[in-house]
Amino acid sequence: MSQKLLEVEGLTTGFRTQAGQVLQVLRNVSLEMQRGETLGLVGESGCGKTTFGMTLLGHLRPGGQVMAGSVRFEGVDLFGLGPDELAKIRGQRVAVIPQSASSALTPTMRVGEQIAEVLTLHLGLAGAELQERVLELLTRVHLPQVVELVRRFPHELSGGQLQRVAIAMGLAGKPELLVLDEPTTGLDVTTQAHILDLLREIQESTGTAMLYISHDMGAIARVCDRLAVMYAGEIVEDGAIDDVFADPVHPYTRGLLGSVPRLSYAGLPQAMAGRPPAPGEDAVGCAFVPRCAFADETCKTIDPALEATSRAGAIPHLVQCHHWQRVLASGASGQMRDLKARMEQDAEAEPLLELTEVDITYAKRGLAALVARWRNEPEPPTTVSGFTITIHRGETLALVGESGSGKSTIARTIAGLLPPRAGQIDFGGQDLASAVEGRPAEMHRKIQIIFQNPDASLNPRHTVKQILDAPLRLYFEMDGKGRLDRSGALLEEVRLTPRYLERHPGQMSGGEKQRVAVARAFAAEPDLVLCDEVTSALDVSVQAAVLELLAGLQANRGAAYLFISHDLAVVRAIADRVAVLYQGRICEVGPVAEIYAPPYHPYTETLLAAVPEPAPGARAQLLAKDVPEAEPPTRGCCFQRRCPRRIGSICDDEAPPSQFVAEGHIIRCHIPLADLGESQVDLISPAEIATQGAVVDGK
Amino acid sequence: MLKLIVQRLLFSVITLTIVAVVVFAMTDLLPGDWATAYFGKWATEEGLAAMREEYGLNRPATERFAEWVGNALRGDFGDSLTRKKPVVELIKFRLRNSLLLGGLASLVTIPLATLLGISAGLRRDRAPDAIISTGSIVGMSTPEFVIGTLLIWALSVGLGLFPSMTLGNPDAPIVDLLPNVVMPTMTLTIASTAYLLRMVRTITINVLTSEYVEMATLKGLPRARVVFRHALPNILLPTINIMALMLSGLLGGTFVVEVVFNYPGLGRALVDAVSFRDVPMIQAIALLWAVMYVFFNLGADLMTTFLDPRLRSLRG
Repeated sequence: MSQKLLEVEGLTTGFRTQAGQVLQVLRNVSLEMQRGETLGLVGESGCGKTTFGMTLLGHLRPGGQVMAGSVRFEGVDLFGLGPDELAKIRGQRVAVIPQSASSALTPTMRVGEQIAEVLTLHLGLAGAELQERVLELLTRVHLPQVVELVRRFPHELSGGQLQRVAIAMGLAGKPELLVLDEPTTGLDVTTQAHILDLLREIQESTGTAMLYISHDMGAIARVCDRLAVMYAGEIVEDGAIDDVFADPVHPYTRGLLGSVPRLSYAGLPQAMAGRPPAPGEDAVGCAFVPRCAFADETCKTIDPALEATSRAGAIPHLVQCHHWQRVLASGASGQMRDLKARMEQDAEAEPLLELTEVDITYAKRGLAALVARWRNEPEPPTTVSGFTITIHRGETLALVGESGSGKSTIARTIAGLLPPRAGQIDFGGQDLASAVEGRPAEMHRKIQIIFQNPDASLNPRHTVKQILDAPLRLYFEMDGKGRLDRSGALLEEVRLTPRYLERHPGQMSGGEKQRVAVARAFAAEPDLVLCDEVTSALDVSVQAAVLELLAGLQANRGAAYLFISHDLAVVRAIADRVAVLYQGRICEVGPVAEIYAPPYHPYTETLLAAVPEPAPGARAQLLAKDVPEAEPPTRGCCFQRRCPRRIGSICDDEAPPSQFVAEGHIIRCHIPLADLGESQVDLISPAEIATQGAVVDGK
Repeated sequence: MLKLIVQRLLFSVITLTIVAVVVFAMTDLLPGDWATAYFGKWATEEGLAAMREEYGLNRPATERFAEWVGNALRGDFGDSLTRKKPVVELIKFRLRNSLLLGGLASLVTIPLATLLGISAGLRRDRAPDAIISTGSIVGMSTPEFVIGTLLIWALSVGLGLFPSMTLGNPDAPIVDLLPNVVMPTMTLTIASTAYLLRMVRTITINVLTSEYVEMATLKGLPRARVVFRHALPNILLPTINIMALMLSGLLGGTFVVEVVFNYPGLGRALVDAVSFRDVPMIQAIALLWAVMYVFFNLGADLMTTFLDPRLRSLRG
């Protein structure tokens, strides 16, 4: 029997538009996988990663068709099979683990049944044996209280638990190949670290081959042995993960790797110019030409073929580029640049926004609150409690923490969308406690928001001109000509051309839309911009550019940012100061350099340890359990239930004291600073990154 | 669960109270009163005075409202102005007839529309879907009186199968009404099936393109299991509320169809009452309709809450 588990040969898929035009999604993809191999597949969104993953199950989304080539699983062409034969392979020999388990599990079925049906179908299990096997699978993926869990419906589980259920479901048929489609996207970093660990463990114990689709280089580095890079529906580089990470030979791989912000280095990564072509924008020659620094006439006319590089190794290193030798010889790429002129910690700096002992709650109000009080229901702990912080003019304060930590709640309160329950909010000498309707227009102008998802925050029926016109008309007395000029200038400032004025959001890429959202916020000439996960919905290649843009605008305009993010590497690149939040309580606050160096608050340490660094062999550490907490504890330290360094009942009973580490750096913890200094977390030093670059130089 | 039912019942009572106020206010606060409405341009001072005296119209509106509600709760809606008989007596049989017609129409419509809608959704953009969808658009856009007339032409005039109109009294025994109810039922069924099946089709398509159905397919499950176990419950849940609305519409009597077939139902009674300005009758029928809408929606909500695990744990 051949060792090859999977052979994809010259696979081209596409769909036909209503006009009869054929748009290719995958273009001449050839790829092999051995038994037990873990292959990572990366690329920007829209490049065909998921489409490719689904073809390994002989599946195409409605409208899609195979135009050429084949997908052979153990020699059998999947697209030559009938539905019955395909069904025998799906779930049993090739299984998929979906991106979002919450939408991929049937909401009306109990999770136990959804796993059991795979076992019944593929392994013919029934009765007690079936029940036992379901429980075994759920235990296998480290889920607690499995006996009750099987009776639960999907909506009753947390995101991390659902993802584990989906993994158990994938493993149920004992498949030889698992297709994982962004299985940790959307999960908290601590949860992600646990899931990645589990996947590695499963791979080691079962020898199941995995195709791991992700845009997250760190996650890939954690799980995979081999890496394939996809661009515009083609594989452009394919090789052992160590080789590709150390010496990427395709300019695109270099760009991708270079644009990932590193936790260990406080600089902004290099952004990649341009964007990938949409299906149908096929040009003659190499698809990467418009974005490539190495392109010449040959590239524009001749489509490069996938060829082996000179590197010898157990896993062949393939690249699809005419000039890979020149790329390799050109030296290190992806240099980190400390673009941001960091604010000096200056006691003189003028405070812009001061929150003092702010409590915020989503608890019932009005009639419902009266009823609750009448029925003597205990009041739930406030979502945000005793939140005290100052943002100075021109400074970036980052709020970090897992989902549910109250980051967005605080932004909503500052914006006036959710009135605080108690406490003072002072904005440039004015009281900000009033809700948004009660604030003067000038206040609205001074505080602007940029949201996570530009698709939701920009009106799809408005042109960019209309979008930018609104704040200008609202806050400034300008005639139509003046507003138009100003809109054009704003677009230039966010590095778009005035050509974009007539476009609708639907005609722009994600990065371009987010630039428009940035331009809209800055149209009001704000003093404070609330940035709520502004880069989370963007590809890494684009994220770097948006971060650079925000840093540049701040330098020119002097606006302050409240930068909300779950991504600790991004925060390190952009923030001046960081506040670490857990369950709406500040654990640690301080200048960015202090936060990313010991002593750490145990929660900060947990978060930092969980981030997978995009370096092979980097191993995330699992310090705390990823148990979701619905509500903060009523007394004591907010992190008591999950803390890996809990010292005793003092943590449960007494609010932790504020320990002053350095100027402006406060850690709220019962553990003495000296002990906190002995951290288990070792961020890769900048020197090591430099070494990685040097290796490239040397070759 | 019990708490929820009690809570929802309470809300229904509040809704009905508001409806009662509105119904009463509508007929009372408009210019003129029962008496002027009843006599119209033939009103004389003496006639108006006598009538106001007889029905106590000179008392304050709040007092009359309280009396009206009090009597209504005991099932007494007063006497019809034109027929001089208790409203309840007059409405009783018409309600029965409407329930018979609407009930039969619903019995056919709901399974038929669900079946057709799901089949169309399953074979989206292929021949069966094209036929069903086109048919439903034709059915929806053809007015009921046209459908009714066509049926009379084909089945009564042409084949002589059923009587084209009802000649008996509203209180005729159900058995006597049966031949008369067939064609109105068919008319209503065609119109409401066309409407409902389009809704079901859209929901079906949404569910079938959902990630969980794709996932179920990728688990290697047979198509039948994917459709019946994974998709079907999620298709039916949102249709329950649409069906409830449709049911209350059908059972409350449908004026056009009742007129076309001269069928003695509630819809016609209301139109007659309006044209004769028979205020007690109008009030009673309006309130009856409100009760039916509230009742069916309440039933649908409780049913979805009971059947949908997401709502169940949310509302506990």
